[in-house]
Amino acid sequence: MQSSNENSDLEKYPENKFKPLQNNTMILEKGTSAPDFELNATPDQKLKRSDFAGKNLILVFYPADWSPVCGDQVALYNEMLSIFHKYNADIVGISVDSSWCHDAFSSDRKLHYPLLADFNPKGEVSKAYGVYNEENGTSQRALFVIDGEGIIQWSYLSPDGINPGADGIIEALETLTKNQ
Amino acid sequence: MSLTIPVNENDHIVGDPNTAKIVLVEYGDYQCPHCGKAFPIVKKFVDENMKDVAFVFRNFPLKDSHPYAMVAAATAEASGKQGKFWEMHDMIFQSQGNLNEESLKEYVNAVGLDSSMLEEHINSEELKNKIEEDFEGGVRSGVNGTPSFFVNGEKWEGYDGTLQSLSGLLSE
Repeated sequence: MQSSNENSDLEKYPENKFKPLQNNTMILEKGTSAPDFELNATPDQKLKRSDFAGKNLILVFYPADWSPVCGDQVALYNEMLSIFHKYNADIVGISVDSSWCHDAFSSDRKLHYPLLADFNPKGEVSKAYGVYNEENGTSQRALFVIDGEGIIQWSYLSPDGINPGADGIIEALETLTKNQ
Repeated sequence: MSLTIPVNENDHIVGDPNTAKIVLVEYGDYQCPHCGKAFPIVKKFVDENMKDVAFVFRNFPLKDSHPYAMVAAATAEASGKQGKFWEMHDMIFQSQGNLNEESLKEYVNAVGLDSSMLEEHINSEELKNKIEEDFEGGVRSGVNGTPSFFVNGEKWEGYDGTLQSLSGLLSE
């Protein structure tokens, strides 16, 4: 099953480079064109990757709303929006939870950035980025920094139980803005 | 991970970082319950090992999760402008369960601060920048929650909520 999914990803995104990582999945790495997506940010509103064209975009894949580590991680990024904006960057979270679930989680944590629902078909975008956990049926905990041209400039796969913080994101944004 | 901003003269420091064996830096949030639990333990460790330990507290307020974290950090920093940072820091953590804007005003009186001067400092850009710099420096150093500790400039994950875990630093 695992290999057939990987094959379908490769067929779908033949230009993408993969590198092998845990759980036999392959996270898209630096220099790869970021797969497009169009996902619900609220029950009646969708966001596309191209909506962020011209800006740097931080994608935060995480396993599940409400889980303890995810809660800490999204809360940390919520406090950092002004820092991200200094680097002309927007941030979105992505998990396989539905937009109604995201809505409740986001209100509870007073989040000021969108959470996208990779819900139907389940995990399609996570798979495209090489960060879907087939065993658990959730996104893995992974970070991407995508530039204004839609090219992945940095990616990082974290163990599910560890909050990766934001030092890697800031460093990537710093390198990116220096080179722009 | 290392501290991106080394301990410097803008920090609030107990003890002498130039002679101490251990320079312990905490990134903390005045309304974070884990920081509240750590407070008496860290204080005991520092008080009992004054010669060997220097302690620095830096702000890492998660203001969306903790609505009084920022005003508490600002009040402590402004108290520092009147030479009373640690008195305010200790008082806020000792009564963490009662933290709100009213109780902070009571502490200002209890510590014996000039409240109009305090207000002026709280509203100053300098103080706002100090708290933001603490936070950003923490993020860059790999702080992902509170409390986060650094020992002699390196991130230290050994704190397990006990005094023994801190004391162990001196026998290493």
